[in-house]
Amino acid sequence: MNNRLRVLRAEHGWSQQDLADRLGVSRQSVNAIEKGRYDPSLPLAFNIADVFGLPIEAIFLREETPE
Amino acid sequence: MRRYLIRLTTCMTLYVVLLFAVTSLFRHAPPTGVLAWGAAVLPALPILATFWTIFRLLEEETDEYIRHMLVRQSLFATAFCLSIMTVWEFLQNYEVLPPGNGGFGAAFFWFIGLGIGGMVNALATRRDCADDEEEAE
Repeated sequence: MNNRLRVLRAEHGWSQQDLADRLGVSRQSVNAIEKGRYDPSLPLAFNIADVFGLPIEAIFLREETPE
Repeated sequence: MRRYLIRLTTCMTLYVVLLFAVTSLFRHAPPTGVLAWGAAVLPALPILATFWTIFRLLEEETDEYIRHMLVRQSLFATAFCLSIMTVWEFLQNYEVLPPGNGGFGAAFFWFIGLGIGGMVNALATRRDCADDEEEAE
């Protein structure tokens, strides 16, 4: 799953640690999600959406499948 | 994590104490019957408690990504241990290797696997941090 976490974080001027603190998770978690190495659970995805004040689908994007 | 380290240290200390005590007992005054069974099992108990400690850590960890990494580490340890023991068993079945394990049982290889899994996790984390530093420059 792709996501816009890094871009949104940069727009807010937050470091990974800042976002991790807001979410109550480790910095490694934010790093892994940003890099697409880990897909967050639904509750964590909702938390992320709440922190940015956006709907989930504006942050997490389906990977494009070849037709 | 602090609770885990306290539990782990307690288990390991108990293991060393019991191992020396029971080995000494069997060397100088070997028990028989039910007592022998009870005494021989004693050093295994802290090992069982260590497994419990690790699974408690999985239960208590609130960070889902860290928990995911710990689960991956435990699965690697299980696969590593089962692979070694399976190959070893076949080598013994066909008498390529002598019977017995010289004190290196399944738990020993599971903990070795857990250590390797932990190093792989640490390397992955370090690599990601290095990537971030490069991007920040």
